[in-house]
Parts: sequence; structure tokens; C-alpha cells
Amino acid sequence: MSGGSVHQALSVAVSQAVPLPGSPAAVAPTFDLHIPSQLTLALGPDIVLFVGTTVLMLWAAWRPDSREHQSNVGRASLALVFVTMAAVVGYDLAHVTAGPGVIAVDAFRWASDLIFLAASAGTIALSIDYNAREGILAAESHVMVLFATSGMMLLAAGRDLMIIFLGIELMSVAVYILAGFNRRSARSAEGALKYFLLGAFSTGFLLYGIALIYGATGSTNLTVIGDRIHLYSLAGTPLVTVGVALILVGFAFKIAAVPFHMWAPDVYEGAPTPITGFMAAAVKAAAFAAFLRVWLEAFGDVVYQWHDAMWFLAILTMLAGNVVALVQRNIKRMLAYSSIAQAGYVLVGVVAGTTLGASAFLFFLAAYTLATLGAFAVIVALGDAGETQLDIGDYAGLWTTRPWLAAAMTACMLSLLGFPIFGGIGFLAKWYMLQAALEASYFGDAKPQVELAVMIVVTSVISAGYYLRLVTIMFMRPVRADGGAAGNAAPRAGHLTQWVVGVSVALLLALGLAPAYLVSWTAKSAPVIANRPTYLLPSSAIPPR
Amino acid sequence: MTLFYHFCFYLFGLVAVASACVFVTRKSPVAAALWLVNVLFCIAALFVLLDAQFIGAIQVLVYAGAIMVVFLFVIMLLNLGEPARIADARGTLWYIGAGGLAIVVLAAMMVRLPHPLPIETFRIAADSLVTEARATGAVAPVAVPLFTEYLLAFEVTSVLLLAAVVGAVVLGRKRNESDAGPASQPGTAGTGTAAHAR
Repeated sequence: MSGGSVHQALSVAVSQAVPLPGSPAAVAPTFDLHIPSQLTLALGPDIVLFVGTTVLMLWAAWRPDSREHQSNVGRASLALVFVTMAAVVGYDLAHVTAGPGVIAVDAFRWASDLIFLAASAGTIALSIDYNAREGILAAESHVMVLFATSGMMLLAAGRDLMIIFLGIELMSVAVYILAGFNRRSARSAEGALKYFLLGAFSTGFLLYGIALIYGATGSTNLTVIGDRIHLYSLAGTPLVTVGVALILVGFAFKIAAVPFHMWAPDVYEGAPTPITGFMAAAVKAAAFAAFLRVWLEAFGDVVYQWHDAMWFLAILTMLAGNVVALVQRNIKRMLAYSSIAQAGYVLVGVVAGTTLGASAFLFFLAAYTLATLGAFAVIVALGDAGETQLDIGDYAGLWTTRPWLAAAMTACMLSLLGFPIFGGIGFLAKWYMLQAALEASYFGDAKPQVELAVMIVVTSVISAGYYLRLVTIMFMRPVRADGGAAGNAAPRAGHLTQWVVGVSVALLLALGLAPAYLVSWTAKSAPVIANRPTYLLPSSAIPPR
Repeated sequence: MTLFYHFCFYLFGLVAVASACVFVTRKSPVAAALWLVNVLFCIAALFVLLDAQFIGAIQVLVYAGAIMVVFLFVIMLLNLGEPARIADARGTLWYIGAGGLAIVVLAAMMVRLPHPLPIETFRIAADSLVTEARATGAVAPVAVPLFTEYLLAFEVTSVLLLAAVVGAVVLGRKRNESDAGPASQPGTAGTGTAAHAR
């Protein structure tokens, strides 16, 4: 109990000395998270999603499996995601805040939530069409996506290592099941088993790290850990260093950073395509959101211990992901390695350790989520039953047979590449990441990460080798004699798939032309540490340009 | 401490050690698992002797109860075959090595025991807990933080278990016959779900 009172006294002292940076007018409600009813209110959108999920779970089990039932539950899940989105926007606009406690109530949480919810809405919409085509009748598929999304929202909210651990587990358990959901596919089962075993293994690392940090600091609360590491100069002590290293390994598994990425290609290839998109976009974004919060809030003072490790992780991830992607023939494997490489770019935002880095991080995640979702939506739209045509060569001549889908795929590829104008916000995302790397600073000292910036540019050039190859194959090769994906007589994509393709590409391009909204949104949403003056996250926003 | 206390301690301690020895030397997995139950019961009794009745009860419920039942289920369902064939085939050298290591560890503990250095540090923290436990019962020091400080984690754990149960049922249930292949005829209702409450 004494630790809690030290922490409270400290936070009171700090909040009297330093007004909440970036906090809006004083009329905004502030939740006291030690009171259960207020904690419940602070968890509003999460509870909306969870209660809805439970109801849908019962409804899904109530009726026998059928195509209509699968579709109906899917549509209801979609509606629930939009309702939750509205709740998140409402909380964001109300500028609610909270005192110290197990969860954070800040703009970073709401911004991350919106990214996850957008990704899960796209996933559910794609799943409805995909499941109907593949004969997956279990309506629980959508319920598991909703469970995973609940876990992600907890990850974005968690300010306590226990909550973050439970969020990761809730998300992972649901995604293990989703990865193996196509029970007729041996690849799906293989991928799910690999994901489960390696995921459980990485959970062990994470949990051991959490235990060591608890042993060193006597708390699982991120702000308290940060305070105590600072107060008692625990940085560099063996217990903290080993704990931080183990937690880093645990997170690196979840975000598939090289050399902890070995599970990703097999799992991405085997999982049902909408779920692959979900894993590449939302699961990764959620792990990153928690990663950033843990690192900046709890381990800010340990920066010299983790900086080098993270730096090498970023370099290796960018390099290995892009180079290995060059030789992939299967489009899902190619996108898997592409997503590994993109994780490397996002890591740069964490290494930068500034507000600019944090907002570049959010901006990049938003751009990456849209582009990934769009690309996987096109793959779903082009797939035949059983998905036999996933070789890159099967896309030859797509422009002549399905011009809109070819154009959409091109926009997504160019966005992931970071191409201006036609790639939408992809270019700006890389631009901000470069800027974040160049303006990195620790303890107020400018420490530009030039090597990281150079590496972003060099690996982007390498990535053109596979992103543009797909584009040239779609546009410049004739349709193959056996048809391939471009020439097959597959029925037209379902309406929901078309919507996902259209909306994600339209947003990608529109935000690329008018990025100001996204820039101001991500700048405003960079995490603010209320309880402790910190060098990492000053209150200043991105300088207007 | 009373004679009765010592008698109980040595009784349960010796039975635990003996059962553990029998447990690791059985060839049949079912017999080994049942001896392990015996070990866990004795350890639960030792917890009770240490004034930790709650942990003792939990030990019986969780370890000797739930986990052992799962062990036995798995062993029986896997139906591994001849005990002699699946038994640990390591040689005599391993037995001697493992036994020697156990003796060394035991000796080290007995040598260290008269000078228990860290015990005093723990006692300070433990004393407040013991006082609290004496005042409110052994369950309260566990229950109060669980339902106040860790309320959210507790609730989220139940959500996690719910998701895992739903997933296990979905993946594990019998496959529908109408679910036989991609793009089969639309509109065929399945017959595999348990709840036919139409």
C-alpha cells in the first residue's frame, strides 16, 4: 500500500506543478479509476463492444449453421463495430481524462481504437463474403474477430502490465482460433498450430519479463514503474535490464520483428485471407500500441539499455523483410514479408522516442492498415473457391479483365512502397517516419538517427522490386493461357468486398491529397504522460507545415 | 511447537517425499499420475500446518483436483499403449545422476537452514500479512485485492476464458456434413450444433 501512496503523492505534486499538457478545458470529466463505477465509465466503448459480442455469441450459437445465419451474424457484428466506433469518437470528442490507474484515458487510446475498429470492420465485411464462398458456415468466426478486437482495445487502454498481458492473450487466443478456422485446409491447421505454439512460447518470455520488472519495482502499473525506476535509479540494474529485454522479446514476437518473425509467413499463408489481413493490420497495430505505451511510459529512463537492441531490431527487420519478400512467389507470403518489413519502419518511430515519433507512428499505422486491408480485400475479391490461384503470375493481365481491382491493388502497393500521389498517404507516412528518425532526441539532446533514415530509404528502394513487380505483372503481361486469377470465371466479388476495396483505397488516396486531418489527429493523439514530467513526450505537437 | 505439530509435519513430509519417489519410478503413466495426487495432497497438508489453510484448499482443488483430472484424461484418451514400451528408457547412470543431484540439493538446504539469511527480510513483510490473516481469516487477504485493486484484471480473465471456450468448441465440434466443401449449394442448414432451439 505504501507504494500506492507514494505514487499518489507524487502524482498530486506533479499535477500541481505542471498542468496537464495538452489537456482541454477543465470542464471535461476526469475519472477516478479507483472507484469501480468510474472505471466502468472509463471503459465505456470497451464495454459496449464486449456486451454486444456476448449477445452475438449467444445468437451465433442459437441457430444451426447456415449461410444466411453466418451472413446475418456478420452484418450484426459489422453494425456493432460501427456502434463501438461511434462510442470511441464520442469519448474522444468529450475530452475525458482520468487519474492514475490501471487504464489510460487519452487520445492515443481512442486513435488506436479507431485504427483497430476500422481494420476489424473491414475484416468482418470480407469474412462474410469469403466464408460464404469457402463454405465456412460457423457464425462464430465474426464473434472471434470481435473478441480479438476487445483484446486490442484493452491493449490500447492498458496502463498496467497485467491488463496489457490479458489484452494480448485475449487478442491472441481469438486469432489462434481464427487462423485455424478453415478446418478443411491442412495449411490453415498447420499455420494455426505454429502460431499457437510460438505465441504461447513468446507469452512465456513476456510474462517472465513482467515478473522480473515487478520484482525490481514492486508494481505492474506503467507510471509507477516509470516513477520508481527514476526515483531509485534502477536503470541498469540486472533485474530491470533482463526484464526489459524479455518484454522486448515478447513484443517482438507479436509484431513479427526479425529475428522473431519465423512464424509469420506460414501463418499468414495458411490463415483464411481476411484473417491474414486482420493479423497483418490490426493485430500488429495493437501489439505496437501497447509496445509504445509500455516503452515510453515505463521504460523511458532505461533508454540506454534498450536503445541499441531496438535499433538493431529495426534495421534487421527492414532489411530482412524486404530482401526475403523479393523472392516470394505466393502473394500472401509476399505480403507477409512486406508486413514484416513495415514493422521495421514502425519500430523506427519507437526508437525515435519523441512526440514526433509517436505521431509518425500513429500516422504510419493508419496508412499501413488501410493499404494492407485494401490489398487483402483485392485478393479476396479475386479468389476462387479454395483459393488455388495465389501465385503472383496468376495476376497477369488483370488490368485487361478487372481494371478496377487492378487499379486498387496498384494504389495499395504504391502506398506500401511510399510512392507520392498515386500511393496516397503511404508517401507521407514514410516522410514523417524519416522526419521522426532525423529529429530523434534523448533526455533533450538531439540524437538524429541518420542510419535509420538511410535504411528506410534504401530498403524502400529494395521493396520496389516486389511491389512494382506485381504492378507490372498486372498491367503489362497478357492473361495467361490457363486464365489465372485474372481470367478465371469466378463470380463477381460480393458487395461487401467491393465496399472494403473501394473505401480503403478511396481513404488512402483522399487522405494522401488532404493529409492535414490525419496529421492533426495523430499529432493530437500522441500519448501524454500525465503523472510525471518526461523528456520523451513533451506536449508540443507536430509543427504545422 | 507441539509434539503433534512435529508428528504431522514429519508424517506428511515423509509421505510426500516417498510418494514423489514412487511417482517418478512408475512405468505406467496412470499409476504415476495417481501417486502425484498423493504428493499434492501431502503438500496441501503442509500448507495447512503453515497456517495457510486457503492455499491448502486451493492446492487440493486446483492441483490435486482439476489439473490431475486433465492429466488423467489426456493419458487415458491418448491411449499410448504398453507402459513398458513408452517408459522412460534412460539408463542406470541417469538414475544415479538424478538421485545424486537430489541429495546434493537436500544437503545444501540442510546446511543453509540453520543460518536462514533472507528469512528475516521476508518475515517483516509476512508479519503484516499474518496479522491481517489472523484478524480477517485466511481468505480475505487474497479476496480483497482480487476484487478491488485487481478487479479489472479479474473480469478480463473471465472474458479471456470465455473466448477460449467458444473457440475450443468451434474448432473441436463435429464437422457438419453440409459443410463439406467450398461453394456447395446455398441454403443447406447444418446439423452439427448442439443448440437446436429453433
